[in-house]
Amino acid sequence: MAETVDGKKEDADYKRLQSFPLIRHTDMPEEMRVETMELCVTACEKFASNNESAAKMIKESMDKKFGSSWHVVIGEGFGFEVSHEVKNLLYMFFGGSLAVCVWKCS
Amino acid sequence: MSVSHKVGTMKSKQVSSFVMQDEEEGLDTAEGEEWMQGKTLVKPPDQLDLTEAELNEEITRVLKASNPNAPQNVVRYSFKEGCYKPIVFVDQMAIHFELEGNLVHKESDEGRRLMAKQAEVDDGGGVERPDNVAIKAAKREQKLTNQFNFNERASQTLNNTPRDISCQTEPPPRANFSATANQWEIYDFYVEELQRREKSKEKHEGQFLNKEEDKSKKKMIQAETQNDDISQLAKAVKIIERMVNQNIFDDVAQDFMYFEDASDEFRGEKGTLLPLWTFQYDKAKSLSVTALCWNHKYNDLFAVGLGSHEFTQQGGGMLLFYTLKNPSYPEFIFNTASGVMCLDIHEHLSYLVAVGLYDGCVAVYNLKKKTDQPIYNSRASSGKHTSAVMQVKWQKDDLDSNHNFISVSADGRLVSWTLVKHELVFTEIIKLPVIDTIPDDLKDVIPTVGTSLDFHKQKDYSFLVGTEHGKIHKGSKYYSSKFLEKYDAHFMNVTRVKWNPFHPDVFISCGWDWMVKIWDQTMKSPVFTFELKTSVTDVAWAPYSSTVFAAVTTDGKVHVFDLNINKYEALCQQKVVSKKTKLFNIEFNPVHPIIIVGDDRGHVTSLKLSPNLRKKPKEKKGQDLPKGPEVEIAKMEQLLSSMR
Repeated sequence: MAETVDGKKEDADYKRLQSFPLIRHTDMPEEMRVETMELCVTACEKFASNNESAAKMIKESMDKKFGSSWHVVIGEGFGFEVSHEVKNLLYMFFGGSLAVCVWKCS
Repeated sequence: MSVSHKVGTMKSKQVSSFVMQDEEEGLDTAEGEEWMQGKTLVKPPDQLDLTEAELNEEITRVLKASNPNAPQNVVRYSFKEGCYKPIVFVDQMAIHFELEGNLVHKESDEGRRLMAKQAEVDDGGGVERPDNVAIKAAKREQKLTNQFNFNERASQTLNNTPRDISCQTEPPPRANFSATANQWEIYDFYVEELQRREKSKEKHEGQFLNKEEDKSKKKMIQAETQNDDISQLAKAVKIIERMVNQNIFDDVAQDFMYFEDASDEFRGEKGTLLPLWTFQYDKAKSLSVTALCWNHKYNDLFAVGLGSHEFTQQGGGMLLFYTLKNPSYPEFIFNTASGVMCLDIHEHLSYLVAVGLYDGCVAVYNLKKKTDQPIYNSRASSGKHTSAVMQVKWQKDDLDSNHNFISVSADGRLVSWTLVKHELVFTEIIKLPVIDTIPDDLKDVIPTVGTSLDFHKQKDYSFLVGTEHGKIHKGSKYYSSKFLEKYDAHFMNVTRVKWNPFHPDVFISCGWDWMVKIWDQTMKSPVFTFELKTSVTDVAWAPYSSTVFAAVTTDGKVHVFDLNINKYEALCQQKVVSKKTKLFNIEFNPVHPIIIVGDDRGHVTSLKLSPNLRKKPKEKKGQDLPKGPEVEIAKMEQLLSSMR
């Protein structure tokens, strides 16, 4: 009994501990990176159930802010290989299970 | 048959009936026989019904050229005769159809005008018409207005030749990136990140080295991501301060590193001391230097203990740390409640500093911690000394790997203090023997003041204690009741006793009786004796040679001796401070050829030893240094035996 309770606690802990936004790979400059990360977090929180809307929001904001032709992928299980403009890629994890990949390529 | 037509009118029913009738009649009469078989006669409904006789009647029609519609009775008013007159000849022309044309005769005026216009339009296309010239001539004739005053001028500016330029920018560079986003990858990465953060937290706590950092460590400053901007700024400011100091004291720094007094060659044996930096601190003006200690790990950091030697003038005390890299301000400042009498820096853990205070307390400071307070203080615990602590020395860690140090104080006790968790635990080692002149019943009351303490470098259980009465006792940590040996060293206070860093049997002592004596521990009387004209307050062995030592006296002089070169005289006797300033402490730097001396004004002066004073004993190749001096000590022994 105690073990299952502990197990549950651990799970809850892990969820709490590991839901912070975490950048996995990026080559963006510092300011851009921070802004983009915040935007992604906002979008994912706002559209928690709908990845498409979140991606749409991110893509449109990025296009406005940093120039055209951004691409956004949000999901929990996918593999990818992309060509991106140098210094315009962000790949991060969020919420313990979401992965967001944002890149620019015109 | 005569048929009359009306002008341009629609065929009315009547006309059609006439026509039909005529056609019928014509058909009937001409080809009646053929048509009679199949066809029945069609009669229009309003056909006139005529009798046979009427039908056969011949009607004569006459064609005339006159217009039947023209009026035959036109009357015009004639103004000549004043009456109306009939006009006989009436125009008989009947206009059946009129259409206005748009053809213009070539030769007519209008025709010519039109053609001229056409020519102008066609000029640009290069189409020539035969009539053009004529037209132009006509035009020019029109333009020549006033031949005398009118002047036509024309000019053409130079037009720059147009050039084509095209450019293609380089497209922004691209790179490929690929990854997989799985649940397990995400989880793994998070776990890693958490571990990394924990590690960095631990590092951050233990990493704050308060000691001076090399300028190359600036990169480390940037790597340590500090949340506190002020602390980052502080480090940068510190480095700038050092740079400014180095610029100001540039010549001193150059001397420190490179200057070798060339005149030493001409001076024979004698040497000199070159004054380098002077370290002073404003708030320490009223205090005098009571202790000096170099840091073993960071060779440019040294500690200064400030207090007062006078019994009557006791106030607060200070513990300052200076570095040679910043002579104008101390690196660390600690205020103590009472004057500092002695201090020692741990050999390996150079952030642990033990101090002994005038009121008998001992305290241990941790330089890594940013607080002003000592981490251990013997104030609260019992067993603290009842009198001023004269000397403290760190020992090797005990069996429980606790740090410990030993102190000797004016109450005649040698106490070992162990740092256990948050306390200082004291263990009494030995009590200094009372001298014989004190009557028995007062023996417990009047202690023998211990003034100096030194532990053997190699056999660290063996130690020497100097007393106020001029005796030196040799003891061992294993014997707590008795001392092993007693030397009648001086007539007055023994201010310092020190083992030779190389030779295991030799030690030096100095005292207020103006003497400096060098002993062999196996012999009761000193091997060498030097008299220095005033009270000697401190003596120190040089770390680079077993036969070099220096002493300071109350007249402000530093005396440097090298027994290898001159057994009777000092190689250098130099006054280094202004008049009436007493020197109290001297220490050799373990690495650099400099010494620091502390005086009673709270200043510390650094001096560089000239080459003559630093002569290393001649060693054969492959021989270690300690062995070298032994050869000399053996020589000394021979000398001594010859002197005996």
